[in-house]
Amino acid sequence: MIDSQIKNGLRRFASFSLLLGAASLFSCSGGSNQEHSTKKMNPEDIKVVSEMMAELTAPPFVPKSTADRAATKLIVHMEILEETGQMADGVDYVYWTFGGTVPGSFIRTKVGDEVEFHLKNHPDNKLPHNIDLHAVTGPGGGAVSSFVAPGREIVFSFKTLKPGLYVYHCATAPVGMHIANGMYGLILVEPEEGLPPVDKEYYVMQGDFYTEGKYGEQGLQAFDMQKAIDEKADYVVFNGKVGALSGEDALTAKVGETVRIFFGNGGPNLVSSFHIIGEIFDRVTVEAGTLVNEDVQTTLVPAGGAAMIEFKVDVPGELVLVDHSIFRAFNKGALGVMNVTGPENPKIYSGTIQEGIYLPEGGTIQSMPVEDKEPAAPVAEKSKAEKMALGKKLYGSTCFACHQANGEGIAGAFPPLAKADYLNADVDRAINIVLRGMSGEIVVNGEKYNSVMTAQNLTDEEVASVMTFVYNSWGNNGTEVTTDMVKKVRSK
Amino acid sequence: MFSKFVTIVVIIFFSLISYGQKENMALIKGGVYTPLYGTDSTPVRVENFKIDVYPVTNAEYVQFLKDNPKWRKSNVIALFADDNYMRHFKDDLNLKDNELPDGPMTNVSWFAAKKYCECLGKRLPTLDEWEYVGMADEKRVDARTKEEYNKFILSWYEKPNSYNQKVGSTFKNFWGVYDMHGLVWEWTQDFNSVLITGESRSDVDGGNQNLFCGGAALGSSDLMNYAAFMRYAMRGSLKANYSVRNLGFRCAKSIK
Repeated sequence: MIDSQIKNGLRRFASFSLLLGAASLFSCSGGSNQEHSTKKMNPEDIKVVSEMMAELTAPPFVPKSTADRAATKLIVHMEILEETGQMADGVDYVYWTFGGTVPGSFIRTKVGDEVEFHLKNHPDNKLPHNIDLHAVTGPGGGAVSSFVAPGREIVFSFKTLKPGLYVYHCATAPVGMHIANGMYGLILVEPEEGLPPVDKEYYVMQGDFYTEGKYGEQGLQAFDMQKAIDEKADYVVFNGKVGALSGEDALTAKVGETVRIFFGNGGPNLVSSFHIIGEIFDRVTVEAGTLVNEDVQTTLVPAGGAAMIEFKVDVPGELVLVDHSIFRAFNKGALGVMNVTGPENPKIYSGTIQEGIYLPEGGTIQSMPVEDKEPAAPVAEKSKAEKMALGKKLYGSTCFACHQANGEGIAGAFPPLAKADYLNADVDRAINIVLRGMSGEIVVNGEKYNSVMTAQNLTDEEVASVMTFVYNSWGNNGTEVTTDMVKKVRSK
Repeated sequence: MFSKFVTIVVIIFFSLISYGQKENMALIKGGVYTPLYGTDSTPVRVENFKIDVYPVTNAEYVQFLKDNPKWRKSNVIALFADDNYMRHFKDDLNLKDNELPDGPMTNVSWFAAKKYCECLGKRLPTLDEWEYVGMADEKRVDARTKEEYNKFILSWYEKPNSYNQKVGSTFKNFWGVYDMHGLVWEWTQDFNSVLITGESRSDVDGGNQNLFCGGAALGSSDLMNYAAFMRYAMRGSLKANYSVRNLGFRCAKSIK
């Protein structure tokens, strides 16, 4: 009985698909049919008559559409820079970059373009580099022709044959190390008519990083080859660093707008389960090819692959970009924010029902693993200024993921710390939450929250510092928390 | 490890007084070593030879330019040195203001480096000689299997702009030779005898099968191959007229 129902269902589904297939034969406008259209020329034969300099953009921005121009000779100047940047608050890293950013500059081309690529290796760089563009049909994706010593410039050219969104990366030995240090980016090849217009376009790329110190360990962190070989990432981030897409750098959109994210994954090792908390993707180009999937919650993006993701934002609030391999989001940095502004729409989102936050720890409080530590010798209390400095760093590595850069929290999910009545009312209660975690319903500034916070694995001094920082920031009441106060609560 | 370097730097500060002598070379006792890849994967015999204790400095090179005007920036033949040649000089004989006279001479082509050594009755070291000396740490002839040693080398390869230090700033190795790693890359006589396209995948299975051995032998603790990979990749990207900010040289001498 059940079997036959399924069979019937399948049959119905099959005939439905046939209908769909037939329908698509008659509509030639979709990108997916372009290959089969007889009107379109073989890309190889597209003549270019003009010449222009490519506009390159740093993430999260992309150059303007190519819809209103013909195929051209497109001149790209890409400079390779090895330079120190910030991985997280207080954590520095030597990045190797295409164009001074991770990911590298976004290149926007259209099918039939003749790209004249100038790759320049800055004279101060220590290493030779090259570039492998997945959009190139030819040996090594250009890598063979683009090997360039420091202080040199090399020129090669290629024709863009297939529309799509492609990863480019350095392929100089040891290739994994060059990618792990940030040498990747995206090149878009638009179809002849351009991509369908949308209101906002952004460029986001995931990457995993391997540092000598653990996540959050302060100072200049060297690349750790062994961890990279073992695929044990310390950081998994969007756009090269923790917090690249939050606070002032958060992406923005207005209610009713359609957003397209050019999402890439540089790797070197990890595959991304890309998801946006509070949004469903209307359209996803699977693996950035011609296949389009609709109404997708989480899309898998391989290392060295990409996807174009489109969605319309319907209600105001914060959307949270994550790698839904979720420990990477909350413990390794794979977290970004899109602020959506505009009028509420209670039909779609009532505001009182909690957003579908995934709580990796489950419904009960769990603790972070505690290492056996020798009882510390009594240490003199740090000055307030010292506590503020240490606290700020700790906040950046421990609290920021949920409570956000300026303590603003995430509505409906993570309560704010800025000007928070709940926090300012009772310091011992707040210390206790940091030490032992918290679950269940609380009301903060008139909003209900029903979430879970884990117990934090911090020393008394660290708790005192981070709480002093929180109490003395963002309009809070200026309480200075001492190590003794923390000790007292801990011994209760 | 690094605090040891600091001590060494202090010690050599005093020993530098003797440096600058015409023949400040270390005697290298030859032996057999197996390069990661090369003309053959079989062991290579290195004869006894001498090598400069320090890389050639800016000041020493200026002296060479005084004696050999042909090699000054304004006179040099383009075929022998590209536009980056002596880029850190403000004119033919004077360094830019922030450059160290006793820093390593860089921005120098292979042709110029070779000529420099010849004028002193020396020559550039061969690739095998250089690698043979370069595999020593403070205490051993061959430290290539030591994790710490490889980590030090790898971390140096990662950091841009290490040229702006005095020669002798890094460690003194088993042979009494300074700065083999940690200061600048160095030219060798036959720097391009191992052909690397820089396209790592084709290097693996293309014409150079020894590279494949290098790659296939990669165990999880085998960081040394990565360090060597990067050295060979750098050399493979060079042509003899290139002048590079992070590339200097030192001279060697055969023993008759």
